[in-house]
Amino acid sequence: MSELTLTLIKLGFLAVLWIFVLSAVSVIRTDIFGTRVPSRQVAKPSKKSAAPAQKSKPAKRRRGKRGQPSLLQIVDGPNAGQSVPLGDDPIILGRGTDAAIRLNDDYVSTRHARFASNGEQWFVEDLGSTNGTYIGSQRITTPVPLSMGTQVRLGKTIVELRK
Amino acid sequence: MSTPTWVPRRRRGAELALTVMAVAIGVFGYIAVGLGVSGTIPSDTYALIGGLVLAAIGAHLAVRRFAPYADPILLPLVLCLNGLGLVMIHRLDLGRQAIDPERGAFAGSQVVWTFVGIVAFAAVLVIVRDHRRLQALTYTFGLAAIVLLILPLLPGIGHEQNGARIWIRLGPFSFQPGEAAKICLAIFFAGYLVVKRDVLALAGKRILGIDLPRGRDLGPILLGWLISVGILVFQRDLGSSLLFFGLFVVVLFVATERPGWLVVGSLLFAFGAWLGYTAFGHVRVRFEAWLDPFADPDRNMQIVSALFGLAHGGLIGRGWGQGSPELTPFSFSDFILASLGEELGLTGLMAILLIYGLIVERGLRIALTCRDGFGKLLAIGLTMSFAIQVFIVAGGVTRLIPLTGLTAPFLAQGGSSIVMNWAIIALLLRISDQTRRPAPPTSSVGSDEQTQVVKL
Repeated sequence: MSELTLTLIKLGFLAVLWIFVLSAVSVIRTDIFGTRVPSRQVAKPSKKSAAPAQKSKPAKRRRGKRGQPSLLQIVDGPNAGQSVPLGDDPIILGRGTDAAIRLNDDYVSTRHARFASNGEQWFVEDLGSTNGTYIGSQRITTPVPLSMGTQVRLGKTIVELRK
Repeated sequence: MSTPTWVPRRRRGAELALTVMAVAIGVFGYIAVGLGVSGTIPSDTYALIGGLVLAAIGAHLAVRRFAPYADPILLPLVLCLNGLGLVMIHRLDLGRQAIDPERGAFAGSQVVWTFVGIVAFAAVLVIVRDHRRLQALTYTFGLAAIVLLILPLLPGIGHEQNGARIWIRLGPFSFQPGEAAKICLAIFFAGYLVVKRDVLALAGKRILGIDLPRGRDLGPILLGWLISVGILVFQRDLGSSLLFFGLFVVVLFVATERPGWLVVGSLLFAFGAWLGYTAFGHVRVRFEAWLDPFADPDRNMQIVSALFGLAHGGLIGRGWGQGSPELTPFSFSDFILASLGEELGLTGLMAILLIYGLIVERGLRIALTCRDGFGKLLAIGLTMSFAIQVFIVAGGVTRLIPLTGLTAPFLAQGGSSIVMNWAIIALLLRISDQTRRPAPPTSSVGSDEQTQVVKL
């Protein structure tokens, strides 16, 4: 083997190694940017409704379709009567400061459950809470689609979607 | 009205393409070693190449069949490292046997262990269909970790080698149970902390700006940790005890979101390091070899030789088969990074470290996107144990930190290490498969059989 051949093999191997690393990175890149982003038909929410609503306030914005829920209402528990208008952004319920309604309920975790919409359907998802989120007697472990009036229980608090 | 923002994609094609490249790197390496050492491609190389190809096909098919939505990048990255490790071990076999033909060859057994690793990988994917079920076995895994760590101390099956009593021997096979204990402990920490994290973070007194939890909440986990670290110190396996301690602190920090744990952890670590330095002679030797290896070049011959090897490699290395990494003792296991640095140079070593970095990045990404707390903590624990291990090995070999005996995952020779690391990757892929898979169609809320419930 001549010196030149060995040097070429050496450089070739390093090149192949780096090409592999860079292609792995490019696959990661397409994995981040390659997801199809849907064309937003719903108008972007105004800044006002994007901010977490601490107090109950009437829903200003009606969703386009009829029969869609517009309000997340607390029907039982220490914060009964309060509500959050539903926008495009997910809503977090819990005792923490980033919750849309700070629940004053000892059986609720800091970040207890999240209500999120995919545009046509609202889902509730437990955020690893200590006491769990229940629909009926069933503790939920995955995002569960919600219909209007389904009662969701977090600790001693019961919430439901309303028009 | 609109399509969902997250479109689940399998990306198995991209994985296959990268897998082919990873295997090609291994094959190229074998050929380059043959040409570099003897000028020809020896016939027995084809057995090793065939082994690597079969392992890659097996792993890829297992993922396609059992975890179709799993992360597409992890498997090729790991296969690339495994291939590089096999090539380097084969090259060191040739080098060491050129010095003394009596010395044993490791490449063949390493290929066999790689197969066992792939089998373990597939077995984990088949058996663990849903990682959340592992949470039900939290305490079983905690107990298993302790039993595994005690095993080498038992007379009869325990076996001391190179000053550390961390092997068990059953017939012709020897195994390092500490590697399996790492996975068990990660599952135990995750399962325990996901239940107790609110109590740990909220209930308790505040001392010196740090929220200290109540003793009864912290008790079991501290006990489990003390037992494992105590055993490790007793077995003189300082690398693993450092690894378990780092794993413990990181998972605790992630679970409670309290930075105070990092402070407490660093203080405990400093105290432990000082204690080890004053109490154990071999820790002092390691420290002195780290601070000034050239003060006693005969005693610190291993690290000195590795440093000369890295310097010999320089920026682009000697080329496969052109350096002399076989001069360093344990150049095929603890010092394999130095061997690779000598033959591939800084350029190659940086690529390898980047591959490790990408594996860790994918692990953390899996933890971020995972929806359940247990999966998050498990992914964090497994990934960070991997990251800490790489840091300890690479830092030790390059004299950034004192040298402690740990294996470079997937590269170094050693059966238990490679098998258990494949199992870790399988667990990560399982979590990622659960995360990226499209949600099961749940049409109505009331019907219980369609609501996915996991018994805990």
